[in-house]
Amino acid sequence: MSAPKKDHVGGWHKKLGAMDRMRGLAKYTDDLELPGMLHAKIVRSPHAHARIVSIDASEALALDGVAAVITGRDMPIPYGIIPWTQDENALALDKVLYVGDGVAAVAAIDEDTANEAVRRVKVEYEVLPAIFDPEEALRSDVKINPYSRKGNLTKEVELEFGDVDGALAGSALVIEGEYFFEGTTHAAIEPHCALAKVDPDGLVTVWSATQVPHYLHRELARVLELPARRIRVIQPPLGGAFGGKSEPFDLEFCVAKLAMITNRPVKLLYTREEVFYSHRGRHPMRMRYRTGFDADGRITAVESQTTLDGGAYSSFGLVTTYYSGQLLTAPYGFGTYRFHSRRAYTNKPACGPKRGHGSVQPRFAMEIQLDKAAEALGVDPIELRRRNAIAADDLTINELRIGSTGFLACLDAVERASGWKERRGQLPYGRGLGVAGSTYISGTNYPIYPNEMPQSAVQVTLDRSGRARIFSGASDIGQGSDTMVAVIVGEELGLPLEDVRVLSADTDLCPVDLGAYSSRITLMVGNACLNAAQELRRKVQGSVAKRWGVEKSRVVLADRQAIDREDPSRAVPITQAIEWAESEHGLLAAAGSYNTPKDRHGSYRGGTIGASPAYSMTAHLAEVEVDDETGEVRVIAIWCAHDCGRAISRGLVEGQIEGSTYMGAAEAVLEVHAVDPAHGGVHAGPSLLDYRLPTALDTPAIHALIVEAPDAQGPYGAKEAGEGPLHSSIPAIANAIYDAVGVRLDELPFTPERVLAALEEKRKRERQSPREKLPLVAQAAEAEE
Amino acid sequence: MSPHPPSLLLTLRVNGLDVEVAAPPHYSLLEVLRYKLHLTGSKQGCDKGDCGACTVQLDGQPVLSCITLAAQAQGREVLTVEGLAGREAHPLQDAMDRFDAAQCGFCTPGILMSAEHLLRTAGREVTHAEAAHAIAGNLCRCTGYTKILDAIVDASTKTGGGR
Repeated sequence: MSAPKKDHVGGWHKKLGAMDRMRGLAKYTDDLELPGMLHAKIVRSPHAHARIVSIDASEALALDGVAAVITGRDMPIPYGIIPWTQDENALALDKVLYVGDGVAAVAAIDEDTANEAVRRVKVEYEVLPAIFDPEEALRSDVKINPYSRKGNLTKEVELEFGDVDGALAGSALVIEGEYFFEGTTHAAIEPHCALAKVDPDGLVTVWSATQVPHYLHRELARVLELPARRIRVIQPPLGGAFGGKSEPFDLEFCVAKLAMITNRPVKLLYTREEVFYSHRGRHPMRMRYRTGFDADGRITAVESQTTLDGGAYSSFGLVTTYYSGQLLTAPYGFGTYRFHSRRAYTNKPACGPKRGHGSVQPRFAMEIQLDKAAEALGVDPIELRRRNAIAADDLTINELRIGSTGFLACLDAVERASGWKERRGQLPYGRGLGVAGSTYISGTNYPIYPNEMPQSAVQVTLDRSGRARIFSGASDIGQGSDTMVAVIVGEELGLPLEDVRVLSADTDLCPVDLGAYSSRITLMVGNACLNAAQELRRKVQGSVAKRWGVEKSRVVLADRQAIDREDPSRAVPITQAIEWAESEHGLLAAAGSYNTPKDRHGSYRGGTIGASPAYSMTAHLAEVEVDDETGEVRVIAIWCAHDCGRAISRGLVEGQIEGSTYMGAAEAVLEVHAVDPAHGGVHAGPSLLDYRLPTALDTPAIHALIVEAPDAQGPYGAKEAGEGPLHSSIPAIANAIYDAVGVRLDELPFTPERVLAALEEKRKRERQSPREKLPLVAQAAEAEE
Repeated sequence: MSPHPPSLLLTLRVNGLDVEVAAPPHYSLLEVLRYKLHLTGSKQGCDKGDCGACTVQLDGQPVLSCITLAAQAQGREVLTVEGLAGREAHPLQDAMDRFDAAQCGFCTPGILMSAEHLLRTAGREVTHAEAAHAIAGNLCRCTGYTKILDAIVDASTKTGGGR
């Protein structure tokens, strides 16, 4: 026979369960139905800020088919995803803090009756002044969130590394810029949905479209005042998340409480409008940057001041505030660095983590700063980035330990694939190329709630049928984590994917995993899985080796067989090998767990935030066409090279690169998540049409280029791929617009109005000083004088 | 108004079988499919005709079942994603599977119903641009459409040439 074939890791795999989804057979949360099930709806505030004077549910309860109405008083314990900022209630207690805040919930025999009951709940409000601007909120005496300890300041971080002022003073070039990133939201196509039932023995089961079953489990226990062992959380197949389902939402508490009260199963599906109001998406950030460079274009200093508009609740905001500065310090070395970030409460839907949590906004600013510097110094923008690239195993200015980096290879890849060298500067007016780079974490070294337990764990069993089973806590949210663990087990045990069964994201059946956020799963769950699979492999190899009387290292598991490496004609089916091992050891089961290194973080307060086992690297190169009459920006193509360490499954990695790049491009030119202060803080467009999700016709050609710089911390060297490839998509487009028509757009998104205004501004400037504009170096020198 | 007006008795042909179903007169086709016939493959993403996740075919034409009254389907032929495959996967499903074109898969049923119409009416290999037009009413948030379009084009080489 031929040499053993190992085609698992690094191959292309059909996703586990994909065909079920494509045949309409997979049961997402809203597809579940239980006997006697009630439907719940939430009464929501029409006011952005108001005191609840009274709630009268009598007319609702009088309606036939209405089983129960609950209010905030039924669940008064506050919660919050970050243990230090538990500042929200399942339903409002005394005040509503934004239009859409939940006030009461009803359960009825069907949706129509529930909707009618919602209309019949009478809520009397005393309207309070609402604040929609974060700077105003920070100045105001009006306290928005009742749990706040510092007025409307939810978090402030100020960190300095080195003598920034001295470095700026000694720089050959200082670029200053102010940037504004309006908020955007996740807009997963599946709306949030939850279903709860209570068993006769008191076990409360909650099925939820969540990406964090474990955290939901904890918060349910807290708010429902039940021991965690009496709650089971199951995450059914999930219709997209992107960070928008990474903390508990009102509906999960409401269905559980209503099920406990009515003793019947209760389901609640958000309307699309409710999804927009629930939000937890990307924070609006206003960012002021000063970046110093030496004459060769090396970054001497970075200084930033950032205001984050947090909305009504803290959500992940403590982390976001840190991330707005902490995650900027690669892939480029900074000579010195200072950032000051403040997050404010406002009377708006709460912001939280969206794909690329906290660092997409500063990356936008930083990469435009670099582009401005490259022009001022007359250096090719790719070359400028190369000069500043940090090396493998470097310590960043804020003491993050970078492991592997394929950043230079990423720059080479997009430069080559796009034809940058040949085409840049040769394109007609209106067409341009732009480049940008970025980095992202592969999970965080420190979990959300402090503990020393493993961040990820799996159990793997193998039996005489030849089938492996993986019990994994990981949440497959569409990214393919079930496939990833199956590939690893298949690789180690020589099994095709169809012989590997994955049971995941069920807090009763599966070990604890912290969830699908911060791009942690491939590295953490992958490592846990690798440990368990290798333990099983060694057992099987050992038993076969004993039977054959050879060294264990000679036994290879591949192609559903155990094969003698030195005499490939000697082979037995894997079922035989397993039978030998099961006879020798009993049940073939292994537990694998993974915990993060605790020696890789900054030595200062806050230095643990941003510390990751490994960092992915990305470069984007965008080609755009700008119509200077209409102001329309058409993104023609984006090349994205992403260093994921090692692509465990190529199709899935490409899919993450493509999806991330698309999402960034959408944020660049189309999407805005904002409320309208002139209309009392209602959402400016709470529908997929008004929010302007790109269609297939709006999406550029995306070229995914996989770069592999294996990292010692990752399974087979793998790092993250789910979030990194979003970041630099946006500034690459901004820089391409400048290349196309010579205007800098420092506010997002790049709407026709903004493009036209910038072009008009440019024409005015040119009329005033018809001579060629001064290079920025000279401008900076003038400013110094 | 009572939330429960008298039901309509509807006769539809769904995925090749005649069915009789009683439903409130305001029910959408999507509600009848999901709540009455338990065909949950067609998804509700927005309930107002924006996302296309509910796309089914009515007499061979793609329609948004969330904004189609069930009564409009009276006596007509409805094809949902559950009826697309026979014993074997439809070539579109097979191609989407091979290309890893479904990530979360929530939009996929609707995309399949739009794309099947394109392939059936084209009867030949289609271009990326044609595929993009055909699914322009179906929003996908995961993939950036890249692999979906590749899969549709690939499937068209199998459904188009031989007929």
